[in-house]
Amino acid sequence: MAEPARAKPKPTPETQHFWDGTQAGELRLQRCDACANVYFPPRPFCPSCASRKVSVFKASGKGTLYSYVINHRPAAPGFTPPYAIAVVELDEGPRMMSNIIDCPQTPEALELDMKLEVAFEKLDDKITLPLFRPAKG
Amino acid sequence: MRRNAVAVVGAAETTELGVIPNMSQIQLHADAALNAIADAGLKLSDIDGIATAVETPQQIAHYLGITPTWVDGTSVGGCSFMLHVRHAAAAIEAGLCKTVLITHAESGKSMIGKLPRSTPADSLNGQFESPFGVYGPPSMFPIPVLRYMKTYGITHEQIAMVAVVQREWAAKNPRATMKAPITVADVLNSKMIAYPFRILQCCLVTDGGGALILTSADRAKDFPNKPVYILGTGESVETPMVSQMETFNSSRAFKVAGPTAFREAGIAHKDVDHLMIYDAFAHLPLYGLGDLGFMPHEETGKFIADGNTRPGGKLPLNTNGGGLSYMHSGMYGMYALQESVRQMRGIAPAQVKDAKISVCHGVGGMFAASGTIIFTNEK
Repeated sequence: MAEPARAKPKPTPETQHFWDGTQAGELRLQRCDACANVYFPPRPFCPSCASRKVSVFKASGKGTLYSYVINHRPAAPGFTPPYAIAVVELDEGPRMMSNIIDCPQTPEALELDMKLEVAFEKLDDKITLPLFRPAKG
Repeated sequence: MRRNAVAVVGAAETTELGVIPNMSQIQLHADAALNAIADAGLKLSDIDGIATAVETPQQIAHYLGITPTWVDGTSVGGCSFMLHVRHAAAAIEAGLCKTVLITHAESGKSMIGKLPRSTPADSLNGQFESPFGVYGPPSMFPIPVLRYMKTYGITHEQIAMVAVVQREWAAKNPRATMKAPITVADVLNSKMIAYPFRILQCCLVTDGGGALILTSADRAKDFPNKPVYILGTGESVETPMVSQMETFNSSRAFKVAGPTAFREAGIAHKDVDHLMIYDAFAHLPLYGLGDLGFMPHEETGKFIADGNTRPGGKLPLNTNGGGLSYMHSGMYGMYALQESVRQMRGIAPAQVKDAKISVCHGVGGMFAASGTIIFTNEK
């Protein structure tokens, strides 16, 4: 029997561009054409000024560690505890939840404000998740 | 809303609290409701307004045999009942109904007749939080706290003191689930749940319920118990996604709900005799003290660690023992309200002497929602 898998996102019409992006190795955000607000999660209007004129763009994929927990129990299906659930502050402004890879899952290794860069983890033919690892250099 | 126009005239919890394997969730609602109706000296047929959360108002109205002219099914997490109180007070003032019953119950431990909670994979939470391993409140609610600690210089020991002090209150309460004294070392050596929080910094998981009955202040004096007036109220919501809060240094919903209630009540912080801040996890009283304006966030950890909120302290906080030590069925707001009402009636197990104003602040759905009710026993 297969191991229980981690929860898999199911895109909607408004979020499809984001998941197409991760599959193509890009972290895509949206920017308001009217007020220049950059926002996340995806939606086809600006949550700051309500303009429907918004553009999708490729973000730098760089950010910093805003906060996290190291979850010990209960563990979500597909995860081996302890594992960190992190919130990353992207250089463009928005924050997103993710996991930190290539890094010990300890308070000593996970320093707030450490520099991070996006890494893509393919779950299947349709879904690739944006994870983050300590930035090189 | 007009001050002191509406009062709580009935208040009760379920007959038992803790582990109640012989009752379904809906029966826990009924048990609490019947106790509150008896407390108010009313009949079920006197109730013409009903509010509840998670379970629907139609479910509870039908089960109890009530025909309401006003219903409220606001369900925004554990503070839903604070919002119900606010909405009910407005409805009574507007003449939409005369006597409102608010019920909460949850078979949180025994899980009998409990509705399943699920996060659809195509919801925003399902797409942008669930895939990263969040799994229940312990893995989500504490996510902001490391940032809060860094910003304000709060220590692990100070947050551990929240649990220590609340256990001191619980020791005075025969109905509290956990009464044995604990130390900071006990807290910091207890089982790790989601770093930085250990099990003694996480709420209990129990069965139980509670109910309130509200009516206009004009009618309130005819009831058997001392009326507890609603002096001020506030509410707000922010986001169902903890990762998308405006900042982890405070809660926007707290900062709207709390000050709105204070303005409405026309009171200053020094007027507060008794305070409840919903403590699903140990950091919430710190956020509450700061966002409600009792002190700058930098001082919240020291304020609690110095003993200001413990029995005999100058700001008695979470005097039933809180979600950490009294009980927590999943939506604790109702129990915070019950303790405020007991304090205002003068019948709490750990009664604050001569308390005249009680502030009761709730949180819901991680930091998604908030409601604040300010009570007084003086009109």
